[in-house]
Amino acid sequence: MANKFVEWIDARIPMTKTWNIHLAQYPAPKNFNFWYLFGVLAMLVLVNQILTGVWLTMNYVPSAEGAFASVEYIMRDVEYGWLLRYMHSTGASAFFIVVYLHMFRGMLYGSYQKPRELLWLFGMFIFLVLMAEAFMGYLLPWGQMSYWGAQVIISLFGAIPVIGDDLTLWIRGDYVISGATLNRFFALHVIALPLVLVILVFLHIIALHEVGSNNPDGVPIKKPKGSVPDEEKPKFKFHERFTKKYDIVDAIPFYPYYIVKDLVGIGIFLFLFCYVIFFMPEMGGFFLEPPNFEPANPLKTPEHIAPVWYFTPFYAILRAVPDKLFGVILMFASIVLLALLPWLDRGRVRSIRYRSVLHKLNLAVFSVSFLVLGYLGTQPATPTATVFAQIFTFLYFAFFVLLFFYSKREKTKPVPERVTS
Amino acid sequence: MSNAPVDKGRRRFLTVATGVVGGAGAVGVAVPFIASWNPSARAKNAGAPVEVNIAKAEPGQMIRVKWRGKPVWVVRRSTEMLDGLKTHEDRLRDPNSEEPQQPSYAANEYRSIKKEFFVAVGICTHLGCSPSYLPKEMEEHVEGVESGFFCPCHGSTYDIAGRVFQGVPAPLNLVVPPHYYVDDNTILVGEDKGQA
Repeated sequence: MANKFVEWIDARIPMTKTWNIHLAQYPAPKNFNFWYLFGVLAMLVLVNQILTGVWLTMNYVPSAEGAFASVEYIMRDVEYGWLLRYMHSTGASAFFIVVYLHMFRGMLYGSYQKPRELLWLFGMFIFLVLMAEAFMGYLLPWGQMSYWGAQVIISLFGAIPVIGDDLTLWIRGDYVISGATLNRFFALHVIALPLVLVILVFLHIIALHEVGSNNPDGVPIKKPKGSVPDEEKPKFKFHERFTKKYDIVDAIPFYPYYIVKDLVGIGIFLFLFCYVIFFMPEMGGFFLEPPNFEPANPLKTPEHIAPVWYFTPFYAILRAVPDKLFGVILMFASIVLLALLPWLDRGRVRSIRYRSVLHKLNLAVFSVSFLVLGYLGTQPATPTATVFAQIFTFLYFAFFVLLFFYSKREKTKPVPERVTS
Repeated sequence: MSNAPVDKGRRRFLTVATGVVGGAGAVGVAVPFIASWNPSARAKNAGAPVEVNIAKAEPGQMIRVKWRGKPVWVVRRSTEMLDGLKTHEDRLRDPNSEEPQQPSYAANEYRSIKKEFFVAVGICTHLGCSPSYLPKEMEEHVEGVESGFFCPCHGSTYDIAGRVFQGVPAPLNLVVPPHYYVDDNTILVGEDKGQA
């Protein structure tokens, strides 16, 4: 009976085939480690955001007059409204945590290198859309930080010569941030950007499954057809789409093996996630900032304004430059350079395990710079802090410049033929 | 089906022509979507001028009002504040107000009509935060300057005439809005004198 039903479906839409190609007979390298959890966690958080987001719209009022009060209404009067909202606000921060770790994994193991350039680019677009999504979402509670944060970010576009002022007017739809801005951000936040995000995630996965996953050794698991004796091949059935052109080695099917592994990771993640939701949903002012519990007041900027933690590294770069236009250019450049990594890194060795000491140092300095900038972005703009921000901005950019020059003739360790376990 | 040979030139012409017409249509369709983001007629009409009563302002006091949704400050400056303006001109970006950040009647050394009352839009010219008014504590941010405005967002500094200091992110002096004195105790913000 069940078989008949599956056959009926398969004759009309390739259900079993898709299941096999992407899950049950999809070859994934057998040596994935801890770092390979964050992709699936990002998907989990995306589902969380969409689900809780839809439920929040049922009680949220998108207007300058009603927004702040409706969020308080959700928090106090709607049954489990507080939980839905904290799941959504904590989910936003969790999204960036897992995405930053996911991107760092790509940098550790050179996952952006040929042939995964497009995969990396789709990922960078996801990151951009995610930032826009988070920024617009933060305006919706219409608190002090919402208002002044949006004021600052929209004003960034005013730095563009000639069209800048008209552009900011067009984005706001008013001479200042107003209900018009709130309403359009609401529309983009709940409909337009999530759609784009889901499409990009789909493309990201299709691109991944076309080229196959990288692994901590950076060694391909696809070998030339006929080069591997049968006894060395894994005892699993992989889809002929993968075995037709290549001999697959050191792989296991994604389902059930990695699904089970990921479930353990998901379990641990949910423990931490729930701990934050139930015991520290504001995360000491990092996930939800104190001034945002005051309604927006267009006449008064809070004493100290800082974006939410996930924007602070870029914000610190912006602030480090004592020139409006150049500061904005440098801030955007810091993201564009990340997107260009596949072309800036001219090395052939992917994994940090087999790359030079210089590269390890360079990546370490880059990571530290990113974290320090992130910290500085949360702090007030004192002269000392500005000097530090300038030093670490320099180091952040130095990573890319150095990488471009040494990667061509880098002294690397010998790369093994097959993945190590 | 006809067996006549394919006229490739004609086919290419028709393909290009269809593409161009379709493209023009797409641009036309985009117009309403893009234009609807501009300020609505209601938003454009909301810019009525506001009256400020300055009769009770003490020297050193600031009055905040809202004009077109923006904070507008009226500061009654003390004599010491006014005297201090000359001491730091070499450290300003635009000490003589050459950039058009003020109406012509305020393009003077005090950037105001009456030197005692400074009227300005309280929005930093960097990224639009509202700077804090520091009547006494400016020394913490700029050496040797007692009073001025400090933007908490990115550390831009202005003197008590809203002139921006060098070496900060803000590029321009604070904006002085159109305004005039209706009588000795009242300023109207949002209109030039004699304007209907």
